[in-house]
Amino acid sequence: MAKDTNSNHADQYYKAKKKEEMKHQVITFALMIVFTIIAFGLVIGEFDKLFVFPVLLVLAAVQVGFQFYYFMHMSHKGHEFPALMIYSGIFAAILTILALTTITWV
Amino acid sequence: MSTATVGKRSFGAVVWDYLTTVDHKKIAILYLVAGGFFFLLGGLEAMLIRLQLMAPDSELIGAQFYNELFTMHGTTMIFLAAMPLLFALMNAIMPLQIGARDVAFPFINALGFWLFLFGGLLLNCSWFLGGAPDAGWTAYAPLSVISPGHGVDFYALGLQISGFGTLMGGINFIVTIITMRAPGMTYMRMPLFTWSTFVASILILFAFPALTVGLFLLTFDRLFGANFFVPDMGGNEIIWEHLFWIFGHPEVYILILPAFGVFSEVFSTFSKKRLFGYSSMVFATVLIAFLGFMVWAHHMFTVGMGPIANSIFAIATMAIAVPTGIKIFNWLLTMWGGSIRMTTAMLYAVSFIPTFTLGGITGVMLASAAADYQYHDSYFVVAHFHYVIVGGVVFGILGGLTYWWPLMFGKMLNEKLGKWTFWLFFTGFHLTFFIQHFLGLMGMPRRYWKFLEGQGLETGNLISTVGAFLMAIATFILLYNVIITTVKGKKSPADPWDGRTLEWSLPNPTPFYNFKQLPLVRGLDPLWVEKTQGNGKMIPAEPLDDIHMPNNSFLPFTISLGLFIAAFGFMYRVDAGFPAYVAIGVGLAITLGSMLIRSVKDDLGYHIHKEDLEKEGAGE
Repeated sequence: MAKDTNSNHADQYYKAKKKEEMKHQVITFALMIVFTIIAFGLVIGEFDKLFVFPVLLVLAAVQVGFQFYYFMHMSHKGHEFPALMIYSGIFAAILTILALTTITWV
Repeated sequence: MSTATVGKRSFGAVVWDYLTTVDHKKIAILYLVAGGFFFLLGGLEAMLIRLQLMAPDSELIGAQFYNELFTMHGTTMIFLAAMPLLFALMNAIMPLQIGARDVAFPFINALGFWLFLFGGLLLNCSWFLGGAPDAGWTAYAPLSVISPGHGVDFYALGLQISGFGTLMGGINFIVTIITMRAPGMTYMRMPLFTWSTFVASILILFAFPALTVGLFLLTFDRLFGANFFVPDMGGNEIIWEHLFWIFGHPEVYILILPAFGVFSEVFSTFSKKRLFGYSSMVFATVLIAFLGFMVWAHHMFTVGMGPIANSIFAIATMAIAVPTGIKIFNWLLTMWGGSIRMTTAMLYAVSFIPTFTLGGITGVMLASAAADYQYHDSYFVVAHFHYVIVGGVVFGILGGLTYWWPLMFGKMLNEKLGKWTFWLFFTGFHLTFFIQHFLGLMGMPRRYWKFLEGQGLETGNLISTVGAFLMAIATFILLYNVIITTVKGKKSPADPWDGRTLEWSLPNPTPFYNFKQLPLVRGLDPLWVEKTQGNGKMIPAEPLDDIHMPNNSFLPFTISLGLFIAAFGFMYRVDAGFPAYVAIGVGLAITLGSMLIRSVKDDLGYHIHKEDLEKEGAGE
């Protein structure tokens, strides 16, 4: 960040906001590494499959959420439509998988 | 470079211009010509089907050829005629309706068209290379996997390539509508045709991937020895049906929603009233799209999914009748008390209501899972989907083309010939398909090569064939109308129908940059607002300034051509050996090379300068 000696209110506001954002990104990044280690640990530790699969799926879902919201800024203004489309896509995909698992595969 | 400054040009220059164009108005004309060609081809196939079924136990054409005919009739009409004709209207009209100078990605728009065209041509090459696909337009496994020859390979690869194009077109329209609306054009001020383009594009975005996946699995099963649909090897052929209909049912809404949009514009203009219940129309459009994703299994009631799955899908299907009903009543109430002009476009719109309602009612009948066991794969189904697709989509396309022809070509189609077309087509259509409901209930199965004497099916089939001839005559009159208008027609006024929406505020012919200054939109039906509250002209929202335009490019053509060549290589890999691998190599090299050129070469477009725009005069 370039030094700005004439910083006014707005500048300070944005600086604080950016600092906050940076903090979130670092925390998320650390969490993502921890999640990845946990995932590897679960597989290496040879736990029961019925336990490992759901946990892995949940961890994966959380990671995707982190990716969207903290690194791809989906929470920011102007991202409502991409968010809506992503959720619609997830809805269509879940519907498909749900139907195929209940009707065809079981 | 600019088309406005050039007068008479050589034939070669015009062809080159169309091969490289990225202008949405010209791409619309390309879609119209290509879609129109495939429409005639699909119609020819339909006529042969009806000729074969004119008399009992007919030997006019062989059984195998009949299988190929009905397969290609369905595939051609849905993928290569109805979709591109709607894309033609969307491309031509939607950017003008929202006050944009082009679509968001002009290059991708051209690429979408050429991919569609080469996919369609590939599919039809099959006629000359050992026989067309013969497994029905639905290509159900296991028949599509074991079908001998290369017919179904052409189906899988041809639809794959044209599907890429459609997907790109859909994404392009979504981005255009979200990002390029003129100042003041809020979502709830968008004309219904733009809304339905938007929603249909979202459906394309979510539905086409299912087809892409399905076609890839089919391609791998047929060409590379995979076993996705082979139960002996642990596969499952029902998965094809699911994937196909997860795409296939939203597909019918992709077709019908834009037609709904066309009719909404036509009703409003020719009743001289704003659309009744605008917000409920928008809501109903979105609701149809939403529900359209959870009904696909109603095509598979007899597969044996079990009573619970059947009931869920039956109820979801019937629920769609509600938003559709909202639309029907809104259209009726738009006409109510309006000052109605029965132009050709309005005739299509008015006759669409009872026709489509009939198709909707048989739809609810078919949705009752228990009763469907009786209707399934009979002519009742054939009658149903022709009522919704011809009575809805084809009427919509013909009405929309008549309505927007002056905007697309600067000349008005002959109304008298247009009305002849309409009445012959309308009569012929009902003659052909109404009787098929009863043929189906009497037990005549769909897709059979012949029927036998003495089962009471003779008269009905004869009537049906007579009706098909009337539709053919109507199509010829339409063609004659188009030719005579192009050759002899006079230039039409800029706003021939006393229009309400933004596209009619443009001069005739539409400048290649569309809007000299982006217009300020002050309400629903922006032009009508200015006609009643202003001086009838749009208020500019910006000062006159340089306009940034994209350069033409030949790359979309070569990218698509490369895939076309490579597809032949993949198909004949086993029987042709080395030459096929050469085709794969050359084809992919052309495609990937063109993509590489596009990626590394900066193409920043050009500017039309303010001074040149001023020189051309005020325009409006």
